[in-house]
This record gives sequence, C-alpha cells and structure tokens, in this order.
Amino acid sequence: MRELKILAVVVFFTLVTYWGVEPFAHSQMHKHVEGQEFIYNGTADIKGAEAALEKAKAEGTDTAAAQAKVEAKKAFWADVEKIAQLQGNAANGEAAFATCLGCHNGAGVNMGGVIPPNLDHAGSLYDKNYLIALIKDPAMASNVDHKYEDTMTHPMGSIKGMITDDQQIADIVAYMQEKMAGEVTTKEAFDEACARCHAMRYAKTTQLGDTPEFKHEKDALAHEIKVLEEQELVKTYMGKLPPDLSIMIRARSEHFMETFVENPQTQLAGTSMPRVGLNKEGYEKVKTYLEEVGDPSKPAREAIGPWVILFFVVFTVLAYLWKKSQWRDLH
Amino acid sequence: MAHFEKAKSVNEWLDQRLAVNTLKRVLSTEYWIPKDINFLWAMGMVLAATFGLLLISGIFLLMYYKPDATLAFDSVNYTIMSEVGYGWLWRHIHGVAASVVFLIIYIHMLTGIYYGSYKKGRELIWLSGMGLFVAFSAEAFSGYMLPWGQMSYWAGMVITNLFSGGSLEAYGLVEWIRGDYVPGDAFLTRFFMLHVLLIPLVIIGLIVLHFGTLRIPHVNNQEGAEIDFEEAAELYKAGKKKESKVIPFNPVFLSKDVFVMGVYFIFFFYLVFYHFNFAMDPVNFDPADGLKTPAHIYPEWYFLWSYEILRPFPKDPGLIAFGIAQAAFFFLPFIDRSPNVAPAHKRGLFFVWFWILVVDMIVLTILGKLPPEGIFNTLGTIAAVVFLLLGPALFVITKFEKKL
Ligand code: HEC
Ligand code: HEC
Ligand code: HEM
Repeated sequence: MRELKILAVVVFFTLVTYWGVEPFAHSQMHKHVEGQEFIYNGTADIKGAEAALEKAKAEGTDTAAAQAKVEAKKAFWADVEKIAQLQGNAANGEAAFATCLGCHNGAGVNMGGVIPPNLDHAGSLYDKNYLIALIKDPAMASNVDHKYEDTMTHPMGSIKGMITDDQQIADIVAYMQEKMAGEVTTKEAFDEACARCHAMRYAKTTQLGDTPEFKHEKDALAHEIKVLEEQELVKTYMGKLPPDLSIMIRARSEHFMETFVENPQTQLAGTSMPRVGLNKEGYEKVKTYLEEVGDPSKPAREAIGPWVILFFVVFTVLAYLWKKSQWRDLH
Repeated sequence: MAHFEKAKSVNEWLDQRLAVNTLKRVLSTEYWIPKDINFLWAMGMVLAATFGLLLISGIFLLMYYKPDATLAFDSVNYTIMSEVGYGWLWRHIHGVAASVVFLIIYIHMLTGIYYGSYKKGRELIWLSGMGLFVAFSAEAFSGYMLPWGQMSYWAGMVITNLFSGGSLEAYGLVEWIRGDYVPGDAFLTRFFMLHVLLIPLVIIGLIVLHFGTLRIPHVNNQEGAEIDFEEAAELYKAGKKKESKVIPFNPVFLSKDVFVMGVYFIFFFYLVFYHFNFAMDPVNFDPADGLKTPAHIYPEWYFLWSYEILRPFPKDPGLIAFGIAQAAFFFLPFIDRSPNVAPAHKRGLFFVWFWILVVDMIVLTILGKLPPEGIFNTLGTIAAVVFLLLGPALFVITKFEKKL
C-alpha cells in the first residue's frame, strides 16, 4: 500500500536523524569511561599515574616524581589488598574505633574544610577495601593525593599516625561492617556521603544539614550567615564551591554519574572532588535520593503513561472506524 | 438597523446575526479537498493540533513561571516540576511539542516541495508557510531562553553575537538586542515578552493567513492534477461521490485527519512519558553561569542544519552563507522555473535534486551537533557547499525540465 510505503520513508529518515543527533553525537562528544563495578583496587589510580608518567616523558618534564607516584600507588594498593586478607576482629575494632569518634563526633564542627560525616551507616555504604585504604591514607584512598605535598595534611590525614597497625585497620573495618551497617534510608545515604560538600536546595539542605523552619526572620538570616561561612570553608578546601545537586540527576547521564562517583578523576581530570568509595548498594541509595529530589515525577509518569497511551489507542481505533464509514462510498 | 424576525432556534438566532450557516458551508462542509491525497496532507492539521498543545501547556506554565534571572531556573525546575500538580506533565508536553513541531514542519515543507505545491497560484501558501517557519523558529529560540540554564545562556550569547555581523563589528546592535553587555535580566524579560505575547500573536495571525491562502487555489493532490472544483463539487452534491474528484473538508477529509492525529498522538505521548530527554537538553539543567562555558555549545536539533552552514567557513563568508540558508526557502517558488505541478518522481532530475536536498539537510543536521574536528569538519564543509549549490542547480534543472 502506497501510504505505508510513504510512512516507511518518513520513519526511516526521522530515525536516521534521531540516531545522528542523539546516540551518535553523544558518543562522539563525551569520552567513554569504563565503569569499575564499584570495586576499589587501585587499577584506575595506577593507570592514571602511569598516564601522567607517559605525559611527563613526552613533554620532557620531571619524570622522577611521576615514576615515584606510580610506585607509591602500586605499593599502597598492594598493602590494601594484603590487609583485606586479614581476619578482622570486630570486638577489638570497637576500642580502636573510638579514635575515629574524636573527629566523627556529630558536633557539626568544620575540620580542615568540611564537617566530618556521620559514620552511622559507613559499614553498609562504603566498600570494604575502600575503608581499609581510607584509614591507611585518606588522600591516597580518595585519589586526591596530588593535592598534597604530604598526605598527613589531608583533613583526616592524621589518622595515618594514629592507626599504624594493619591488624588494627582490619579490626576497625570489621567492626564497622558489623555494627555500623543498619538499614539506610536514601536521605541518610546522601547526607553521610555527599552532604558535607554539596547542598541540595530543593530538599532544603545545606552543608550544615537540614534547614530548620524559623519563626523569626532574624534567626533565618543568622542561619543563612552560618551556611555562608561554612560554604566559605568548603570553598577554601575544595578550590570552588561544589555545585548544588538538586537536579544533577537530569543534568548528567546515568553513566557519567556512576563513573564520576567511583572515581572523579577519570571524568574531570585534576578535580578536587575526592572519590567517595561507595559500594554498589550505597551508590544506588544516593542515586535514588537524587532522583527523588531532582526527578520526583518519575513514579507519576510511570503510573499515568500507560493510561494516556491506551486512551489514544482507543481514540485512534474509533477515528479509524469513523474514517472508514466516511470513505466507504467514495471509491 | 436591519429587520430581524424572531428566531425559532439558537442556530437561527446566530445565523441571523453572524451568518453561521454560510460560514460553516464556506469553511467546512463545502470547502472542497481533492480525494486523491495521502496522509501527508494531514500534516497541516497535525501542526495546528500541536500548536494547540503548545498554547494550552504554555498557558499552564505561564501561571508559575517567573521571568527573573535569579528566580527563573528554580521556578521551572522546582516549582513547576515538583510543587505544582502535574506541572511536570505540562512542561514535558510543552518541551516535546516544541521539538516535534519542527519534525512535522519539515515533513510538511518537504511534502510541499515533493508535490510542487508551492507553484503557480499557491505561492502565497508557501510564503505564509515560510513566515510560520520563521515565527516558530523565533518562538522556539525565545522559549529556550526561559529556563535560564547553561544552554539558554550560552546559546543566547552565541546567537545574539551573530548580529555583530562579523567584520562589521556591530556590537552596538548586539547590546541593543540584549539590553546589556551580556545576557542578563533585561535579556531574559524581553525574550519572555516575545515568547508569550508578540510571537504567538504573529503566529496566530500567520496561521489565519496560511489557511486563507489555501481557500482559493485549494490544496494540491498526489498527481498534481488540475481540478475543476465547481464541477466536481456539483457531482459530489448530486450523490455521485465515486465519480467526483473532491470531498468536503468536513466531515470526510476531517475523519482522515483525526485518524492520522490519533496515530500521531500515540507517538507524541509515548515521547512525553517515556522519551523526553531528547527534547530537554541535560546541559540546560545546570543553572546559567556566565563564568563557565560548557564544553559543547549547540542549538536544538532543528537549527543544526543552518548552524552547520555557518560553521565550516571563515567568519564573514560563514555569516553570508548562513543568511542565504535562512532565506533560501522563501524563494523556492521563484527559483523553480518549471511550470509542471507534479510529484517529484514524474519530474526527472528534480527527483534527484529533491533527495539530495533531503540527505544533505540530514547530513548537515548530524554534523551540526558533532565537534567540528577532523573528518567531521571536512564533511561539514562539503555538505554546506552542496546546500549552497542546490539553489542554482534547481534553477538550471527546472529551466530545462520537459513540460508534462
Ligand atoms: C582528624 C579527624 C578525623 C579522624 C581521626 C577520622 N576522620 Fe574520617 N574524616 C575526617 C574528615 C575531615 C573527613 C572528610 C574528608 C573529606 O571530605 O575530604 C572524613 C571522612 C571520612 C569518611 C568518608 C570518606 C568518603 O570517602 O566519603 C569516612 C568513611 C571516614 N572518615 C571514616 C573514618 C574512620 C573509620 C576513622 C577512624 C579510623 C576516621 N574516619 C577518623 C576526619 C577524621
Ligand atoms: C569532599 C567534598 C565532596 C564530596 C564529599 C562530594 N563531592 Fe561532588 N563535588 C565536589 C567538588 C569540589 C565538585 C566540583 C568539581 C569540579 O568542578 O572540578 C564536585 C562536583 C560534583 C558533581 C558535578 C561534576 C561535574 O560534571 O561538574 C557531581 C555530579 C557530584 N559532585 C556528585 C557527588 C556525589 C553524588 C557525592 C556523594 C556520593 C559527592 N559528589 C560527594 C566535592 C565533593
Ligand atoms: C507551523 C504551522 C503550520 C500550520 C499550522 C500549517 C497548516 C496547514 C494546513 C492545515 C494545510 C492544509 C492541509 C495540508 O495540506 O496539510 C497546509 C497546507 C500547506 N502548507 Fe502549511 N502549515 C504550517 C506551516 C507551513 C510551513 C512552514 C510551510 C512551508 C514553508 C507550509 C506550506 C504549506 C503548503 C505549500 C501547503 C499546501 C499543500 C498542498 O497544497 O498540498 N506550511 N498548512
């Protein structure tokens, strides 16, 4: 039938155009970054250091430092792997964990740039290897060591001097995985993993946590000033104020978000955002929260969509019958 | 005053005062359409329906939108998307319709070109149609500014910069258009005015004109046959529907239009609910930031072909080529020298010309979005040159076309 042939031509050219300006164009505009399945074993970090070494060689700049960096990363992640093999003892870990609470005390006081996050669900949000690496050397673990001459100066860097024994690290991690591993809500996941840096104005949270309702304007303004002061500190620490994440979920592709959180350096080389070290479930929780705030109509779309489509299918069938009856005696 | 009898029905009452029966006859039940048409002739009504969707969804959005550079972004992305009941639905309908309307416009234009519907007697249909194309382009561009995201800001920056006229360096004109040195509050509020008032008024006026220009020449048909509409209408009214070459707009043609619209609405609402991202660029979900240029700045897909004609050339020739591309389609009825009103497949070389045009515009569209590097740049230059040569080529081809 002629009309169907014409339709096929129209559909064909429409699809070619669509393919060209959407999937194809995006594949050309954004470099592809391999996901790591939320496994933290340093592969990407070592690769990054090696790439820097190649670049230094090509440009004839200081290769010795770059070479040392590769070696340091390899040694660090090999150690992490070794500690991961140790049998951790949660009971022993509890005592050592007190060291952590010195800073992670929930007092909401800024420490070296950010407020140390609440660790209530650290055992279920973060990957085991990542936690080991973090206690061993926070800057190396989160792949921002390039920012520090001496990684001791990282806001949590002094932990290197406090917990020096491998077995102790294994014990603390075992303790967290056993005791700090309750059910996490999506909001808690975000608050613990991202909120010390990123505000979320559509959810009325700032780097200081949820913004309370104030009766008096004076109090509201006073709070606003505190937020600005906190943001000033974060900005000094990070070099720039981390963006508000309210609708980031619609501004970046799913693939970008996932690989960025796994290892920010692969997507934005040289960025000051540290790796966060979430495991797969932890990331899913954070992502769900970003969706709940940034794309809240998703459930409604999914609920109403089929009915609207069904309505138009029925409409079309009726219209077809009407057309048939109108055109019956024309040919 | 004229003499009025007491009316026996509402219809009669209205007829006495407004001649509604005559209007109905002239505009619908005895507005004759050739029988030999296909679904492409429903695209005009599909466009009218899509414009209706844009208007209605736009009115709902307008109730909550705030034209202020500090409030605009959140009024769209928070108030409308999260707080207002079904605000997201209106926004997705508006966004998807703004994109899809151009797909249908392009199909509608290419249909006109394929069947030679812009020729002898139908020039004004074509010209008013092109007026609509320009008005819709301005409407889409001004609307794109309103969410005040990164792409609004930077596309606004790039496009208004074009008015500096290359080496003419008419920055005064650019500032006059922006109302400021860079896009800002003054820029946003004037584009808001254009988008919700002035351009929609122009569009509605042009649609009325476009419909008016159709009335005397009547729409074309699949064979480009010349029809004696008076005679064919008499046959139809005498009940000889099979013999007559025409059908009334209402209800016969309309029944087919409504069916095609139904199919279109299934497609349209599928996009609204499940596939809207193509119409709402992710980059525009980052708030406007004059200090942070996005890695890739590109217009919406429907402007890409003309953008790509601008891009591969040096500054001044690029602008001239761009100017030509914008205006080229206006002149189609006058460049085409052949008197034949017939489908392209009966017009020899014109058929080849038509498909080169289609393919070239698609190639330009795709390249317009790609980064202008290496092979893409070369291909872009070739495709742009081909487009510019298509004009003179049409003149020559149609000059020597055999009379059918
Ligand atoms: C000297 C204070 C201090 C001590 C002691 C400390 N931390 Fe931290 N911790 C911080 C700060 C500050 C941050 C935030 C760092 C950042 O965001 O760059 C942090 C971040 C973290 C994070 C989140 C890391 C991420 O990738 O998001 C975890 C988990 C953590 N600490 C666990 C611990 C554990 C377990 C201990 C004890 C072994 C500990 N911390 C001891 C200050 C401290
Ligand atoms: C220690 C502070 C810190 C933490 C914790 C943090 N971020 Fe970031 N984030 C940043 C900074 C700084 C930037 C800006 C990076 C840049 O532009 O180089 C950023 C940028 C981003 C971006 C935007 C990247 C882009 O393309 O511009 C996303 C998305 C993001 N962060 C997500 C997250 C998520 C999700 C979490 C929690 C799982 C998180 N961040 C935790 C500091 C942080
Ligand atoms: C965007 C708003 C537009 C609307 C609402 C609209 C509407 C219509 C309608 C209802 C018809 C009659 C039915 C049909 O043939 O499809 C028509 C015909 C026509 N339109 Fe449009 N149109 C629009 C834009 C355009 C544009 C951009 C062009 C091209 C420049 C154009 C060119 C034509 C031509 C040439 C015809 C006559 C077709 C024929 O004779 O077969 N229109 N239009």
